[in-house]
Amino acid sequence: MSYLSPARLFFAFVAGGFFGAGLLTSGMTDTAKVQGWLDVFGNWDPTLAFVMGGAMIPMALAWLVARGLNRSALGTPLPPKPGTQIDRKLVLGSVLFGIGWGLAGLCPGPSIASLSYGGASLYVFVAAMITGMFAAPALRRRLDKPVAAE
Amino acid sequence: MQPDWIWGLIGGLLIGTGGAIYLLVNGRIMGASGIIGALVDGSAGDSKWERLSFLAGVILLPALLLPLYGGTVDTHITGNIPVLVAAGLLVGIGTRLANGCTSGHGVCGMSRLSLRGIVATCCYILAGGVGVVIFRHLLGVI
Repeated sequence: MSYLSPARLFFAFVAGGFFGAGLLTSGMTDTAKVQGWLDVFGNWDPTLAFVMGGAMIPMALAWLVARGLNRSALGTPLPPKPGTQIDRKLVLGSVLFGIGWGLAGLCPGPSIASLSYGGASLYVFVAAMITGMFAAPALRRRLDKPVAAE
Repeated sequence: MQPDWIWGLIGGLLIGTGGAIYLLVNGRIMGASGIIGALVDGSAGDSKWERLSFLAGVILLPALLLPLYGGTVDTHITGNIPVLVAAGLLVGIGTRLANGCTSGHGVCGMSRLSLRGIVATCCYILAGGVGVVIFRHLLGVI
């Protein structure tokens, strides 16, 4: 199936629509709710746990269904089995991401979902995030090099 | 007015439904940082338009639904430019190094019991929690 098939683009749009609608509905585009969940020593807000739990229900079912399939409904390949390698890119990257997530109360999904109402501060965050994503491959190549020189 | 956790649960179910559609129909993992990042660093290749279609939905649906939610959302986002820039850079670099964020490693990875997804999620939640304690309670910058 071509990458430009209308069905493929349409269902990508539909999936994105559910994702965006869910991020708005759940309150996850409100940075105070995200920081409130991370702030266990402050006025703790449990909402994020319900969002994560709620999202994992349909997703776990989808993985179960996918297990019995060879291809997606549109005939494209399904994702391979997840990797098991725990390397420093995974750990260091996740730690850096977590610090930024806590600082602004934003992760990539909600930052995009709130583009229509987030205002100037959000544009600053998204511009910096895109800059970081642009710079990441160079840093990734450095981290791929072995630690000890020969 | 329903309590926040009910809206959280409903929103979560919608998010998971989006991920289920993207997996079962398009054959792809719904990870926001990967979908955006591959467009930014040029590694998207032929999947460029599929990614852009997904992002169009992510932006458009909240915009269309906003009137139902009173026409506005108070995002409580900080106006502190250095904090926004630092946070954005950390999120952009970190998610691309780790190859995933809250949606890819969190929602999609953990729901298939992916070891990498579980480790990544523990790392960013711990770092986020420690970060909030340091930056809010110790330094007072957020």
